[in-house]
Amino acid sequence: MKYRHIKKWILLAGIVLSAVASHFSGTINSYYLQIVIFIGINITLAVSLNLINGYTGQFSLGHAGFMAIGAYVSAYLSTEHSSAFFKAFGTNFFSIALLFIGVLIAGGLVASVAGLIVGVPSLRLKGDYLAIVTLGFGEIIRVLIQNTDAVGGPRGYSGIASYTTLFWTYSVAAITIYVVVSLIDSTYGRGFLTVRDDEVAAEAVGINTTRYKVTAFVLGAFFAGVAGGLYAHSTTYINPSGFDFQRSIEIVIMVILGGMGSTAGVTFAAILLTLLLEYLRFVSGYEWLPEIVRRIAQNRVIIYSLVLIALMLLRPQGLFGRLPRRGIPVGGMAASRRTKLPAASA
Amino acid sequence: MPIPLLDLQQCSVRFGGLTAVSAFDLQISTDDLIGLIGPNGAGKTTVFNVVTGVYRPTAGAITFESASISGLKPSSIARRGIARTFQNIRLFPTLSVFDNVRAGFNLHLRHGLAHALWRMGTFYREENNVAQQVRELLEIFDLSKFADALCSSLSYGDQRRLEIVRALATRPKLLLLDEPAAGMNPREKEKLMELIQLVKQKFKIAVLLVEHDMKVVMGICERIAVLDYGIKIAEGTPAEVQANPKVIEAYLGEETKKV
Ligand SMILES: Nc1ncnc2c1ncn2[C@@H]1O[C@H](COP(=O)(O)OP(=O)(O)OP(=O)(O)O)[C@@H](O)[C@H]1O
Ligand SMILES: [Mg+2]
Repeated sequence: MKYRHIKKWILLAGIVLSAVASHFSGTINSYYLQIVIFIGINITLAVSLNLINGYTGQFSLGHAGFMAIGAYVSAYLSTEHSSAFFKAFGTNFFSIALLFIGVLIAGGLVASVAGLIVGVPSLRLKGDYLAIVTLGFGEIIRVLIQNTDAVGGPRGYSGIASYTTLFWTYSVAAITIYVVVSLIDSTYGRGFLTVRDDEVAAEAVGINTTRYKVTAFVLGAFFAGVAGGLYAHSTTYINPSGFDFQRSIEIVIMVILGGMGSTAGVTFAAILLTLLLEYLRFVSGYEWLPEIVRRIAQNRVIIYSLVLIALMLLRPQGLFGRLPRRGIPVGGMAASRRTKLPAASA
Repeated sequence: MPIPLLDLQQCSVRFGGLTAVSAFDLQISTDDLIGLIGPNGAGKTTVFNVVTGVYRPTAGAITFESASISGLKPSSIARRGIARTFQNIRLFPTLSVFDNVRAGFNLHLRHGLAHALWRMGTFYREENNVAQQVRELLEIFDLSKFADALCSSLSYGDQRRLEIVRALATRPKLLLLDEPAAGMNPREKEKLMELIQLVKQKFKIAVLLVEHDMKVVMGICERIAVLDYGIKIAEGTPAEVQANPKVIEAYLGEETKKV
């Protein structure tokens, strides 16, 4: 029991480290700082999606939708309602921190309500069908925002305060990792894995699979919402097309790349993919490269496809994943068996 | 007559035009070990599926401990005390042997999500308690040495045994075994018969056994029900069933059809 609290210590270390890094962030070139913040946000997104897609085995393509909800809700609150707040509490380091935590959580909560609303009806669906419904959900959210004038509609929403720092970004990432890792490392949390492995068997041992799936969706959506809030207060300008289905796909690819159901792998993949996409922006600017290469480097969809194809060929289980060895092939045994009634002494 | 533990009354299951189980009656008491036999496609697995809530009966009533369970979700039925194994082994392939059994304890947890995150004393007490019980069960069934192995790396016989252990972890009052001897060699079958009897005595539970191996069924069951085309054609002691002309015909009919 010496290591009983190790997870908490690691979480605390993560938060302290982000605070220290944040303190010195003034010395970093602001372009690099932005990338490092995006990496942190993507870690949160990928690790939370991994709870749904990796550990629970559902196929959600709606993460950008949850992120958008969090981004818009928190940005709207901090922009339109902060003056009353600051009048009451004064404008200082702590009141800003309090406000920011408040709007991030509010964004996360609204996103998780959306997770509940999508989760409940669509959990009767499996695999591809679920993917299509969640994809549709993400698009609906985007279209709704596009038609909401209060947050700028298609023009986007600007003038958001720049609150996001390294500290907030990596504290949230650390908390997300802590939550997912602690959950999975418990008898309760192993239930998520049983849902992924075999729903019929999970139900047969008394595990309420619907409840687990909804929980995964609600928790995953919450952290996606918080990540959205961080994003909005980092770029200070958001628009609906930044949360399109390509963004969802990007997060799904991080999960697949990392090896579904490996938090370490998914974290690593989030870092790697963010850097890769950023690097490709340079590549598309290199004049000496042939036109076609520069075009490809610009086109994210092609890059994603190439990444996935390479992965499937080289390491189908993902960078950190283990290939589950399926049990003995089932079925087909009954047909070959026929027993005669033996003589009466058996 | 005492109230039976499980009571199936005139249960029918239809799949479109096919009546897989037709007006089936069966009573199981607390310490019964009952066999359910019949040719392929007779409807035995369908009976299991309807008792465990995978299918809803098209007609008829199912009561467990005097309460109706038809229409409940499988997980609710498992919580009431009915556990099962599957004809085609269904373990959790990416989980270790230990975790497969641990999954069977999930329904006894008093603490859930909040405790898993907060991780204070009560959480660790409960986790240790579960781990202890898992280890005890693995020890009884001689699976301790595989605790950390992926369940898919076990031999066929061991997987079947593990599935029984996982079912026992839910502390059932009634255990349904769907062809546990399938794919076992004669020595493994001997051990399985001992194991089923051990389970019945040690855990004091009722067992309903579907099995094609007549040596196993006749050897350990006290009472046997025979299904043919979804209809119960006989019920009685092993000797009675074996002497029943309808049963002989159901099985011999199969044989002549095959020729
Ligand atoms: N989900 C289903 N949909 C349609 N038909 C089904 C379904 N499940 C079972 N059946 C049919 O019901 C009948 C009974 O099947 P069941 O699996 O219960 O037989 P069984 O007695 O267990 O046979 P076996 O000895 O081969 O395991 C079969 O004709 C089968 O094809
Ligand atoms: Mg069957």
